[in-house]
Amino acid sequence: MLPYVFKRLLQAVPILLAVAALVFVMFSVIPGDFASTQSSDGRSAIDAEAVARMNTQFGLDEPVHVRFGKYAGKLLTLDLGTSFRTRQPVINSLSERIWPSLQLSMAAMLFAIAFGVPLGFLAALKPGGWVDMQSMIVAVSGLSLPQFWLGLMLMYTFALLLGWFPSFGYGDGNPRYLVLPAVALGVAPLALLARTTRAAVLEVMNADFVRTARAKGNSEVRVMRWHVARNAAVIVLTTLGLQFGSIMGGAVVIEKLFAWPGIGSLLVDSVSLRDIPVVQACILLLVLFFLIVNIVVDVLCALIDPRIKYS
Amino acid sequence: MKFRANLWIGGTLFAAVIVGGTLAPWLAHTDPVMDANLMNAEMPPGSEFWFGTDAQGRGIYSRVLYGARISLTVGIVSQLINTLIGVALGLSAGYWGGWWDDFVNGLTNLMLSIPSLIFALAIMAILQPGLTSLLIALGLTNWSYTCRLSRAATLSIKQQGYVEAARSFGSGNTRIMLKQILPNIAGPIIVIGTLGMGGAVLAEAALSFLGLGIRPPFPSWGSMLSDARDQITTAPWISVFPGLAIFMTVLGLNLLGDGLRDILDPQSQSRRA
Repeated sequence: MLPYVFKRLLQAVPILLAVAALVFVMFSVIPGDFASTQSSDGRSAIDAEAVARMNTQFGLDEPVHVRFGKYAGKLLTLDLGTSFRTRQPVINSLSERIWPSLQLSMAAMLFAIAFGVPLGFLAALKPGGWVDMQSMIVAVSGLSLPQFWLGLMLMYTFALLLGWFPSFGYGDGNPRYLVLPAVALGVAPLALLARTTRAAVLEVMNADFVRTARAKGNSEVRVMRWHVARNAAVIVLTTLGLQFGSIMGGAVVIEKLFAWPGIGSLLVDSVSLRDIPVVQACILLLVLFFLIVNIVVDVLCALIDPRIKYS
Repeated sequence: MKFRANLWIGGTLFAAVIVGGTLAPWLAHTDPVMDANLMNAEMPPGSEFWFGTDAQGRGIYSRVLYGARISLTVGIVSQLINTLIGVALGLSAGYWGGWWDDFVNGLTNLMLSIPSLIFALAIMAILQPGLTSLLIALGLTNWSYTCRLSRAATLSIKQQGYVEAARSFGSGNTRIMLKQILPNIAGPIIVIGTLGMGGAVLAEAALSFLGLGIRPPFPSWGSMLSDARDQITTAPWISVFPGLAIFMTVLGLNLLGDGLRDILDPQSQSRRA
């Protein structure tokens, strides 16, 4: 197993480098650079000499490939550059935002798994039944809701009207602040999990090995647990891994709505201010996280299902 | 043939949005942008303003109707771009194979490793906010599934006898791709396109909500919600209706996509939830 994990991590390196190159090139073709956006808003006039000095200071006066070479070299030593805005190393502002982001996405996933998987399982036990109909209505609605609107409505109902939870902010890690954003972010994956679990369980229940397991005289609970749930889990986990990207996209908007100090809100703020080194670093970090999640998913699948052989 | 509830409900919802957006000038009795009147600010829903008014005194009913135009344009056009890119790359990669196939595969894997909303956000950072930029950002970032599907389907179809037959009759490669292969992979592609349209409507709303898509005063549902956030304590109805409009549109498209899948792509019904 360990060599496999190591191999997968190694495979992630070229993808990360390719993403870094793509993002780097994208931002190098921007019409208008940072120095000129500082002066073009009409509030301040910077003369050409100052613009040239800023470009030299940030190393923006060299050709793209030379700059990317330097950038990639620095990436290997975890030097993500200097923020245009704060003039601090990017890694500083990034590192203090990783934990809040992780907290939020883990809480949302826990919520989604705790409700979505049982819902899908119950729905699949009697396809076409009352529970099935209800849970699939919940699922298709959950996938169609704009997450930030749901967040706004939750904020209005549970923070402003009822006063049960704080309306926004991080509250120095107080878990009460985590509830509303986590629910707002978790509803879409909950819906997805319910649908995927239902489909996976239905598919596995019709498989030959389940009929065999029943024929051998296993109790229904044992059949469900050892034969259906285990096999369905592999399908559910794989879908979850692939869809994790859209959950991360949702997190960006939810963090901004609830003024949550995570990577997502840093990314949005930096995009608005054209703080390119920070934008690049945020995207790289999010892609890295996405890749790691998928590696973890593959490893989990192999642990659950011994038939999966990884070479 | 059984009654397909999702197809009919989804189709009706989506048709209602199209009719609302198209007939907005006749259905709305106020202008969505120009009819600002601070005397009418933050009026709750009533007989004069059915959905109430916003902080500038503009009728929300009218703004929601006109907002459908932006959402539909973004949803339909960006998804057409995605489908064109995905089919062109996937079909040609599956058909020709070789280095082109490797290249397309690499590109698809790269795209799949960047969450699409985050990629679109990065593109919006480069372009100026506005409709054209949104179409570019959302049209270039969501073609990987279509591409994978077209490639896989092409690989299996090009082995079929009728493709061989067409070739022996002297059909050129382009003709075979367009006349023999494309019609046979169209069903699943239409399904993905419909579901993707719902995703694009959500993405447009999210980007506009973040201030990176359609900017005020133009009535995009996302930017309306972004404005409404400040008045949520005093005038919650400003937040309710644009959100409901997004929800109904996306729900309609998702149900429509599911319904179309049952008809056009029956074997995948249980595989992809």
